Amino acid sequence: MAGKKKITLNRREVVARIVKDRGDMLMVTGLGSATWDAAAAGDHPNNFYLWGGMGGAAVTGLGLARAQPDRRVIVLTGDGEMLMGIGALATIAVAAPPNLAICVIDNQHYGETGMQEAHTSHGVDLAGMAAAAGFATTATVWTKKDVDTALPLLYETKGPVFVDIKVSTDPVPMILPMRDGTAIRARFREAVLGARAYD
Amino acid sequence: MAATRKKKAAAPTWPAEVFKTLKDADIAQVSYVPDAGHTALIKSCLADNRIKTTRLTTEEEGIALSLGAWLGGDRSALLMQSSGVGNCINMLSIIEETRSPLLMLVTMRGEWGEFNPWQIPMGQGTRKSLEDAGVIVYHVEDANDVAETIYAASQIAFNSYRAVAVLIGQRVIGFKDWRK
Repeated sequence: MAGKKKITLNRREVVARIVKDRGDMLMVTGLGSATWDAAAAGDHPNNFYLWGGMGGAAVTGLGLARAQPDRRVIVLTGDGEMLMGIGALATIAVAAPPNLAICVIDNQHYGETGMQEAHTSHGVDLAGMAAAAGFATTATVWTKKDVDTALPLLYETKGPVFVDIKVSTDPVPMILPMRDGTAIRARFREAVLGARAYD
Repeated sequence: MAATRKKKAAAPTWPAEVFKTLKDADIAQVSYVPDAGHTALIKSCLADNRIKTTRLTTEEEGIALSLGAWLGGDRSALLMQSSGVGNCINMLSIIEETRSPLLMLVTMRGEWGEFNPWQIPMGQGTRKSLEDAGVIVYHVEDANDVAETIYAASQIAFNSYRAVAVLIGQRVIGFKDWRK
């Protein structure tokens, strides 16, 4: 069972490692801690930060991946956010975007609302659910070594890929990215589409 | 259509007109939760290899998908039944907050000649719910107006960057034949 193993990974170190060699990867971040993690790792115009729409991160990534089939798209989100839109696993598995990877930073708690235990604290296996939905490549990551192994899955393996990374609940500094949704959208579209963003 | 089943009722032409309208409006992605009223349109979209179709498990996924598509430069349309509108409310906030386009084509239940009382609450609340969530709403009662209204809605969505819903009235779709 998931909750019984010791969890040592620090979420900020994990996310910094994921984006270190990001190349031209496009990233959608789910509301709450995943968005803060992305900001802490360094703001980037190829980041689209969600501050709302809980449950929508993975499918936002799907729409983007289908519109930009030549770019790698990574969705970075939390376990609670993923659970709220869990049907997305079926939708994405059936759509089968080869350039999309879902990466859950899984602290097994609802971090923004008072650290209540999430279903993932009680045995729900997100990677198992993704595999059952039809994701060909899934992984659950517990150690630093596993993070290194997971990087090529996120960046290179034919999607859809699902990686669940178990991270500790150790407190991390609050680091917030820009929050005006219109500005985030405009900056991201300009980064991806150039002048076409304003057609 | 009449309440009693006609022997050979001609298939309505508006779904084909709507499909052509979506092509004219450069729609590249279509997502849907099925409804009987959208059957022909869904079939046309699935058969067109230049339209990327996504079958959804719940309508709110389509809101997020539309945002993602727009972020990547694709125009999209989202098809659903009116009962699915209630599933979308919170997700609609990501469209308004980012001033992104959204084109929803909603086939109505719970209004003209509804047989199933369980459809009434959401059907009667569809327009109000959408408007409260910041969506511009058109309601079409005449089959001859469907395609043109959808074209007009697409212009508002993609040229004025707004969420727009076209409610295709139950009167257009016709009575559900419960004997089938």
